[in-house]
Amino acid sequence: MNYNIEELKAKHKLLAEYKYELKPTMRGYANRTLYINISTNEIKEKRVTELMKEKFIGGKGFGLKLLWDAVNENTKWNSEENEINIATGPIGGNTNYAGSGKSIVTTISPLTEMPIDSNVGGYFGPYLKFSGFDALEIQGKAKNDIIIYINGDEGIIRIFEAPEEEIDSHVLSEQLVEMFAKTEREKLYISTVTAGRGSENAYIGCLNFSYYDLRKKKPRLKQAGRGGTGTVFRDKKLKALVVKFSKLKGNLNNPADLKKLQEVGLKLHKEILELDDTQNRMRQVGTAHLVEIMDEYDLLPTMNYKFGSHKDAFKIDSSVFKKYFTQNQPDGCWYGCTMACAKAVEHFTLKTGPYKGQEVLVDGPEYETAAGCGSNLGIFNPETILEINFYCDTYGLDTISFGTMTAFIMECWENGILNKERTGGLDFTWGNGDDVLELLHQIGRGEGFGLIAGKGTRKMKDYFEKEWGADRKFMDDIGMEAKGLEYSEYMTKESLAMQGGYGLALKGPQHDEAWLIFMDMVNNQIPTFEDKAEALHYFPMFRTWFSLQGLCKLPWNDVEPANNAETDEPNKVPEHVQNYVDIFNAITGKNIDKEELIIQSERVYNFQRVFNIRMGKGTREHDRIPYRSVGPVTAEEYESRKERYDKQLKEKLGVNSEGKSTDEKVKILREFREKEYEKLMNAAYERRGWNNNGIPTIEHLKKIGMDLPEVIEIVKKHL
Amino acid sequence: MLVKYLKTYDDKCIGCGLCMTACSTLYFKEDNPELSAIKVIKQTEEDFKLEVCNQCTVCVAECPTQALTINKGVVYLNKNICIGCYACVAVCPTNTMYTYHLGVEPIKCNSCGVCVKECPADALEIVTEEVSDEL
Repeated sequence: MNYNIEELKAKHKLLAEYKYELKPTMRGYANRTLYINISTNEIKEKRVTELMKEKFIGGKGFGLKLLWDAVNENTKWNSEENEINIATGPIGGNTNYAGSGKSIVTTISPLTEMPIDSNVGGYFGPYLKFSGFDALEIQGKAKNDIIIYINGDEGIIRIFEAPEEEIDSHVLSEQLVEMFAKTEREKLYISTVTAGRGSENAYIGCLNFSYYDLRKKKPRLKQAGRGGTGTVFRDKKLKALVVKFSKLKGNLNNPADLKKLQEVGLKLHKEILELDDTQNRMRQVGTAHLVEIMDEYDLLPTMNYKFGSHKDAFKIDSSVFKKYFTQNQPDGCWYGCTMACAKAVEHFTLKTGPYKGQEVLVDGPEYETAAGCGSNLGIFNPETILEINFYCDTYGLDTISFGTMTAFIMECWENGILNKERTGGLDFTWGNGDDVLELLHQIGRGEGFGLIAGKGTRKMKDYFEKEWGADRKFMDDIGMEAKGLEYSEYMTKESLAMQGGYGLALKGPQHDEAWLIFMDMVNNQIPTFEDKAEALHYFPMFRTWFSLQGLCKLPWNDVEPANNAETDEPNKVPEHVQNYVDIFNAITGKNIDKEELIIQSERVYNFQRVFNIRMGKGTREHDRIPYRSVGPVTAEEYESRKERYDKQLKEKLGVNSEGKSTDEKVKILREFREKEYEKLMNAAYERRGWNNNGIPTIEHLKKIGMDLPEVIEIVKKHL
Repeated sequence: MLVKYLKTYDDKCIGCGLCMTACSTLYFKEDNPELSAIKVIKQTEEDFKLEVCNQCTVCVAECPTQALTINKGVVYLNKNICIGCYACVAVCPTNTMYTYHLGVEPIKCNSCGVCVKECPADALEIVTEEVSDEL
């Protein structure tokens, strides 16, 4: 791209400037948050109280608390008072323990119409903290496109109009890094948050958080993908956030016990370096290694989650992408992450769209993208997946939602709900990558069928029913969304616990709360409802903790100590749980144990549940899931796993399948499985301290210390 | 590749520790074995083992800030841009990228030779040689 930085800068118009006192981070906290109202250009600091730290810890806890105070029960995603909040946590930004660089974005989502939280790599959150702020809270809407610049070296914040910079992330992040860094080395000290032109036209917008790659000499992008964060960002006319901080050191959190932090971090570094090559090969291929594993276990979503494997899956597995990945050295999205799972393809020549013919860098693909925009669409061409990956990122669109909603479109096409007349000429036959890319470009341009599709699966169902009289029940069965959010990329049909893992997830069906498929389906370690309910308590609470701390989940169980299998609870990876307790204590100077760790999460988890209730959601009816995620919707699906289903009918229901039509068997199995899911909800609610409608009881809220008056007030209305 | 490293002769070492004194005093203005890039490990009353970086360069690729660079066969650590993540410490095949109490950046030998001059037993020598890249 040709651009002149000085010409871009000449068009800037300063709207507000704010100077603040630089103060050191103490025991993991900056002890201030930053509030910016872009309607009024008010900038102010808010003190972080001990109560805030005690109840909300940090990260998504802080983000949700600030959001709660900003909105009301009628707030929509595009309301003036909605916010984009970004926070890391007390552990965030340390450079010793792998995976400590995460930022968590919170906002009211256009897809789910309640709070969403999305966890993302890159340097922004930690640089923000060391610049002086545990969280950034942006409220209001600007009149024209603006950039917010936080200079953490000098203690200056500026808001300025920026009319000329590009919107698409791969260009904009490069322009900004060049604009705010005086030297090549200084580029390392800049991190940006940007969206893209797709975010302006779709509800599935994402945010790209950058980190500068010294070796590739380019900003790399990591996505806060879920729930339409980019859509809110662009609705506010935010073009970019930029933070600059150049004084990073391993002791900047001012930890209470630096030595302990270093020791624990070093132990994990060594474990990763010793074991990763024979365990998950995250350093070599990142999460892409999951493609072949999921395919092998019949869990790879294929053709809108109808099937769990495909004969052509080998064409998009990690051995294929490894050949495209260009870095041959560690590639972490935060300093000191030896897991180094970030991967990139350089010099990729685009075949379509506005950047056709250009050589670009593609960040990824991650597993979710390879599965969602590959097998789930019947696409087994790695270069098509890379092209979709690139354009989703630069347009600011979530690859997971894009993949899952396009899979829904393709099945609607297969069943005659869609045709060329309705799609404006696009052909959504399984595997037609060309028209999938054209759909993506339509979203980018804000035209045609892309405008309908970009609103996400739930809105499409409404539209198809209203405009074309499409069969609502069928669409509800096959449209893989719950709470308005598209499913991420795992098949749950044969794992009841994981159906709950997705269905009961607060934000919608994302796997960051629980991933129980192997424990449940493959290893049969949680056979009873009580076992499953316990897993649906412990793991969501444990994993919530990562987003309170500014941590990545991967170093928890994507590498395991050599003796992990011999421990009492290998699924929990006890040694790593202790590591987390140790580093939290080492940084904050507190003295928690693994039980208190869970209670820290429980407070915020229940707060988020009540937040959902406050926004008119968050009850039992919203935890129901499409039948495609529970069992075979169609005869075709049943037949594909006939042996398994016939056996289950016989063993679990005493039904002899002989002489019965497939449709009859589908119906019997469905009644059984749907009842099982209801029973699972009962058991999980009880374990979580919620009533039968999924509402936290006052007694439980008191017990865990989340009985703030405003929380109790909401709950009382619903009990 | 060209490597310039501190070659050690354990059999000649008498365990006086003057090498550690020279090293830590030069770089930290303090006579403290913990701050030395060479370590004398006592095996028995008369037996000593010398441990020091062999400039193999494995750490260089692991550094996220490119604080480790190779110049004329020596791996140098730029402490100004090192952020103290210890990825290099973990990956070091000879365990000679050292940490020290309350330090942020690690310590490594840069083949300056100050210890060689102090060694009364000729147990140390700076050597420059071509070695296989397959280290």
